[in-house]
Amino acid sequence: MALDRWIALIILLMALAYGYGAFFTMDQGLPPFMQRNPIWPSTFPKLLSVMAVLAALVILLGLERGTPEPKSGDIDYRRLGDYNLGQALTLLALMVIYALLLRPAGFLLATSAFLALGAVVLGERRFHILIPVVAVATGAVWYLVEGVLGIVLRPLPGFL
Amino acid sequence: MLEGLLIGLSTAFSVTNLAMVIGGCLIGTFIGMLPGLGPMSIIAIMIPVAITIGDPSAALILLAGVYYGAIFGGSTSSILLNAPGVAGTVATSFDGYPMARAGKAGKALTVAAIASFAGGTLGAVLLMVFAPMLSSVALLFHSAEYFALMVVGLSAIAAFAGTGNVAKAVLMTLLGLILATVGEGALFNMPRFTMGIMDLQSGLSFITLAMAMFALPEALFLVLNPARSVQGSGGGSKIDNLRISGAEMRSIAPVIGRQSVQGFFIGVLPGAGATIASFLGYAVERNIATKDEQAEFGKGSIKGLAAPETANNAACTGSFVPLLTLGIPGSGTTAILLGALIALNVTPGPRLMVDNPQIFWAVIISMYIGNLILLILNLPLIPYIARILAVPRTYLIPFILFFTLMGSYIGQNNATELLILVGLGVCATVLRFADYPLAPLLIGFILGSMLEDNFARSMQLYDGIGFIFERPMTLGLLVIAVLLVLVPSYRARRARARQAGVADGD
Repeated sequence: MALDRWIALIILLMALAYGYGAFFTMDQGLPPFMQRNPIWPSTFPKLLSVMAVLAALVILLGLERGTPEPKSGDIDYRRLGDYNLGQALTLLALMVIYALLLRPAGFLLATSAFLALGAVVLGERRFHILIPVVAVATGAVWYLVEGVLGIVLRPLPGFL
Repeated sequence: MLEGLLIGLSTAFSVTNLAMVIGGCLIGTFIGMLPGLGPMSIIAIMIPVAITIGDPSAALILLAGVYYGAIFGGSTSSILLNAPGVAGTVATSFDGYPMARAGKAGKALTVAAIASFAGGTLGAVLLMVFAPMLSSVALLFHSAEYFALMVVGLSAIAAFAGTGNVAKAVLMTLLGLILATVGEGALFNMPRFTMGIMDLQSGLSFITLAMAMFALPEALFLVLNPARSVQGSGGGSKIDNLRISGAEMRSIAPVIGRQSVQGFFIGVLPGAGATIASFLGYAVERNIATKDEQAEFGKGSIKGLAAPETANNAACTGSFVPLLTLGIPGSGTTAILLGALIALNVTPGPRLMVDNPQIFWAVIISMYIGNLILLILNLPLIPYIARILAVPRTYLIPFILFFTLMGSYIGQNNATELLILVGLGVCATVLRFADYPLAPLLIGFILGSMLEDNFARSMQLYDGIGFIFERPMTLGLLVIAVLLVLVPSYRARRARARQAGVADGD
């Protein structure tokens, strides 16, 4: 089964769960005065879930099959191993670590580490250029966000 | 109209707003040049900045400047590198790149700049004329018609997403609408589908979703496939002699005139944006050209360069018509603009021109200024700006990732949001692998609450679903919406059946 049909299957299951919520659980706590309304909080979700289930089934069962034209420059997921998958995953991991460390480590440290490590992951090895660029960029962004936009970012690690 | 123009002039010519236009155009040109980064990603990255500015006119002016700056920048990389940064400028490379190869890069850039300028400016004139007319009609609409109109818009976007892909686009739109129901809406005062998670109480943030749908997958694609960032086969063409002759000017003038109008009206249609306008403009001009000129198309014809350039800029301007008059975005880019306006407490729609005339007119005036700036400021600077194309990807990609993170952090001031961003970004990348269009998802998400609002209001007024049958216009619009979705897939099936009759096996 091709990837797009697997995705349709996953969305179908999500839509079914969503529909279950809309049809069977949402109206239980509805106060009596609202039950006289022509529209309930669950009305619109009910409609959406039914339509989403139908659309997902159309894809899953292959009822609509156009002529797939491979676009140049796009990525063929069947050969994912041929691409820089490791780099992409490492960068995603870096983003997660950045999210977790932003508060405790402070903006300046977390950001410069993220930018420098990101560049190193992608193959940058000229540290005498990289480090000054990262330092200046981090400082400039911090100044713009804190000074110009007026949004508070803790610059230094929590223990300082 | 004159009164409006004066309001617009006085708003647009304030120092801040002038700075916004100039800054927006420059930033847009810079980033639009980088192959692989489309206007949607750029605008998504700029939104937190725009929202922090606080003044809706200034924010919209900035974002509009970024938008047409990005299209202009995209044409530069199409011409110089044969690497379109933006889908709307792919057609530009058909004739622009051969011209650059023939040593006429300077001339090609000038033609592109003049065509963009004329397309954008004529588009702004048309916008000024048609938007007030449309919005006075739209003031007669009831919530039932609004509901139906949004459904038409959403199905048109799904239908245009590509042949054989309509079901996928419809599914993505529905997924966007479903995501929009998560959280505590103003409508019912009760949390829905939050699964008891506190962070979902206020729903998903549209900035995070926009970043996750566009900027993040774009950057990951650049990482996965290094060829994407240096797709161009040329590079380093010398840029000199920006002049064009009077005869050349006379030959492209009618092209520019026709394509401004055609591009504008294509841009107005929901779902058909700059990309379709530029390809159609190129095709039309090739068909009506004389035999000799036709032979030149694809080999460096200045007409073939002027046509898509004019059309894509006019279409960008045209796409503001449904946004400003109906509050219904026709494309991913205008959907993001709509989200930004809603975040600034402005509801675009027919009331916009009555309640906030200064926003509407300032945007139009800023379009004139922006186009002028692109012409007089960017054109001489292009040889220098083009050097940005040499920024190594080892620096470019970490910075793009960092700006997406920063954007969603600034919007919410919450580190959990960053984890949501990464999670959604991975999902979006997988969806892109499987050819699911992502713009419909975001448009559905942004329109979701408005759609449900109008639906609920009509249900209440008519005490049930009766409004569909009692209001002929609503019924008519809904029928159009259904046809828009069903006709393309019916035609695809018929074509497939016919093919199957000719030859079997595959």
